[in-house]
Order: sequence, then structure tokens, then C-alpha cells
Amino acid sequence: MLDFIQQLGRSGFDFFQRLGRANILFAHILGGIPGMLVRIPLVIQQILSVGVLSLLIILVSGLFVGMVLGLQGYNTLVDFGAEESLGVMVALSLVRELGPVVSALLFAGRAGSALTAEIGLMKATEQLSAMEMMAIDPIRRVLTPRFLAGFISMPLLAAIFSAVGVLGGHFVGVGLLGVDEGAYWSQMQDSVDLYDDIYNGVIKSLVFGVVVTWIAVFEGYDAVPTSEGVSRATTRTVVHSSLAVLGLDFILTAIMF
Amino acid sequence: MTDSAEPLVEIRNLSFARGDRMIFDGIDMDIQQGKVTAIMGPSGTGKTTLLRLIGGQIKPLTGTIKVDGIEVTELSRSALFQLRKRMGMLFQNGALLTDMNVYDNIAFPIREHTQLSEKVIRTLVTMKLQVVGLRGARELMPSELSGGMARRVAMARAIALDPMMMMYDEPFTGQDPISMGVLVRLIRELNDALGLTSIVVSHDIEEASSIADTIYLLSGGKVVAHGSADNLRESGSEWAKQFMNGLPDGPVPFHYPANDYAEDLLAGAKK
Repeated sequence: MLDFIQQLGRSGFDFFQRLGRANILFAHILGGIPGMLVRIPLVIQQILSVGVLSLLIILVSGLFVGMVLGLQGYNTLVDFGAEESLGVMVALSLVRELGPVVSALLFAGRAGSALTAEIGLMKATEQLSAMEMMAIDPIRRVLTPRFLAGFISMPLLAAIFSAVGVLGGHFVGVGLLGVDEGAYWSQMQDSVDLYDDIYNGVIKSLVFGVVVTWIAVFEGYDAVPTSEGVSRATTRTVVHSSLAVLGLDFILTAIMF
Repeated sequence: MTDSAEPLVEIRNLSFARGDRMIFDGIDMDIQQGKVTAIMGPSGTGKTTLLRLIGGQIKPLTGTIKVDGIEVTELSRSALFQLRKRMGMLFQNGALLTDMNVYDNIAFPIREHTQLSEKVIRTLVTMKLQVVGLRGARELMPSELSGGMARRVAMARAIALDPMMMMYDEPFTGQDPISMGVLVRLIRELNDALGLTSIVVSHDIEEASSIADTIYLLSGGKVVAHGSADNLRESGSEWAKQFMNGLPDGPVPFHYPANDYAEDLLAGAKK
């Protein structure tokens, strides 16, 4: 029993220690942002590997999620004779929820894990140490551009996800199931609000972008510098950022809508 | 060993512990300017830790470390970075940045710390590469280099900003005889040609003693002996004798501490 309490205390202690380290790192990363403004090429290079290379999985998933929404939505709405509203249903689900959330989850799996593994391996092979000995701050040189790239890419990826999803819903609803094309688009235009729906969706994806990239770079930087440590850190990135995205989504939705 | 010259690195009463284990217990050391100093000892005596302490990457428990008259342990981060620009360090496996080719790796510290034009940088990098004999390898990626080549590239990178001193962390480990010979020669030549002060951490007695002006032997957190290689081989210290000659038994026993052998055998027979 005593052992159990001791164990509990220790893991609680560890948790808060990690949280503290993560916050210090975050402050340090943010401190590097002004310096990055004059070194845009570094950020662009990272946007390529973090954002552009995630594009394929985002496009394909967006298309399929949109198509499934079209099918499911149609089946439900047709019972009420409301299949004309399919466009609204697809667009709102995507813009408000599925776009930001699913693309953040995919982003965590594709880009977040890659970031953690890359930074963790740089640590394990003493590249970060070597930078420090060359009087170069590895946090500002390596972590800040990656963080910025994630922050910039995430909302763009979510927007692309939603756009492709709407097209997927259109393909199934209008193309295969015979929903009226005019109704699909016009009802969508009427009901989707720029502020309430689109802006809130963008805010969500910005928050997810910060959280997922923060977790990814922290786990990489904090990884035990062995192959086992890096693989554990990579797993933790995906698990923690997925949970964080889902939890934060609930909180944000409760506040926004 | 000339005691007249000011030491470039002066370590006094240095202690460092990792957890409960004392790594260093009040060591004193002088690294003479312009010389090659080897720091030797069995694995796990904290030789690498010593380099990190000199570079200010970790802080000691007690004691002082002066590099070029500057107390490393009390420096602010930015002052430490200023000092590190004048130190070069070669990590065990080179620690080249894997996403850049050889050329960009060597240009990296120059680009980060100076405003030089790409033209000038190209000249500088070419000169550094020529010194280590890898001018033809500038387009290769680190993954395409052999271990010895990677270390030579890392050497070129470490001298990119013309430091006053170089620290080598186990430069000979896992090298074939040829690249070992190349590295040994390079360390000595760089030191003399560029007027560096070199610290070589190693446990390869042959190689290290062939280039070192002074050797410090570390064991159990203490400096057990220091002096030139010849002095150490003939020194009265049993420990130095064992280490320098690579004897299997001596003050560092061959046998892990155990109970009496005969008793141990009989105990099995009685069962």
C-alpha cells in the first residue's frame, strides 16, 4: 500500500516536472520567433517537410471522409425528405469539426511523429550537443522553425481537408445519389457562416497546430537519447497529441458553439 | 613539459557527481598552451564528462575551470556562447548534421556566426577540406562517409571558425589502422600548424601517447599520474604501469571481488 502511494507520488512528481520542462521549452521556442523572421528560408524548408509532405494523406482522407458523410447524411436525411440539405450537413460537419480534428490527428501521426523521431535522433547522435558546442542554440535553430512550420501548415491542411471533403460529399450526393446540385451548393452558401463556422474552425486548427507541434518537438528534445528512448518518444507524441486534440476539441466546441 | 607558459585551461579542485556516484573527486589539471594533452583512463572514468565541463555544457559540484583566464562555471549563457566560438570539439562519431552535405556542414558554423558572402565561405570551406584531405568529398552526404571520413569532416567543421583550442572525444575508437594513422597525424599537424591547444580524450595508449606532450591518467575520480608518455611508463605508480602497458592484472584486478575460490568450489561439492 505504501509502495503504491509512493509510486503515485513519484509519477505525479514526474508529470509536473515534464510539464514544467515543456513550458520552459515552449517559452524558449517562442523567444526564437523574432529571430526567425529574418530567416524565412529555414521555415519554408520545414513547411515543405512538415506540411507539403502531409498533403497526400490529408487529400485522400478528406475525400473519403467527405464521401462517407455524403452517404450517411443522405441515408438519414432522405427519411425526412430533407436530402436537399445534404450540402449543409456535409459542409458544417467538416468545417466545424471533422476538418480541424481529423486533419490534426492525421498530422500528429504523419508529421508529429516524424518531427519527434528526427529531433530525438539528432539528440541521440549528439548533433544537438555539437550545435551547442558551436555556440548555436539548437532550440532556436532546430526547434523554432519546425514549430512555426507546424503552426502555419495545420490550418492550411485543415482547410484543404474540408474543401476536398465537400467535393467528396458532392461526388456521392449529387453524382451518385441524385441530390439536386443547385440545392447542394445554395443551401450550403446560405447556412455556413463565415464567423460562426469558418473562423471558429480556423481557430480550432490553429490551437491544434500549436499543441501537436509543441508536443512533437518537446518529446523529441526530451527523449532519452537511445534508440529505445526515441521510439518511446515517438509513440508518446502520437498518443498525447491525439488525446490533447480530442480533449481540446470538446473544450473549444463548448466555448464556441 | 614547460611550466613557464600560462596554462590555457586551469582546473582546480574539480568535483562532479552523477546521482550518488562521484565522477571527479577534487582533481587539478593544467592544459598547456600550444601542446597536445591526452586525458586517459579506463572506460567510465568520466573523460567525456571532463570535456563537457570544460565546454560549460554541465556545471561541476565544486571547483573552478578557467579557460584562457575566463571562469567557465560562472558565465552567463551568452558569454559562454562567445567563449565556445573559440573552442572546437570533435564528438565521438563526428555528430555531423545528417540533413546537410559535407560542404554545408562545414559552412554551417561560418554561416551562423558571420555575415561573410557565399564566395568567401566557399574559399574558407575549400581550405578546411583540403587540410583534412576531403576536398573531393564536398558533395557527399554524411551517410555516405566512412567513420574515419566523418570524423575528418567534423574536424574541418570544428576548425571552421579558427578556434584557439580543440577537444577530441575518443577520436580513435573503432577506426581501422589507416584512418587511425590519418587521425593521429591530423591532430598533431592541426595543433602545430594552426597554433592550437589540443585536448585528446582516449584510451588508445599507443596512439595517444605518440602525439601527446603531456598525459593525465584518471582513475576513480582522481588524477593518478601525469607527465610525458615515457615518464608514465617508467613511473613508480603501479596503476600507471598497469594501464600504460595494458596488463590484465594489477591494482585493477582481473577478478571481480568474490569469496575464496577453494571454499566456493567445496561449497558446490558438499551439496
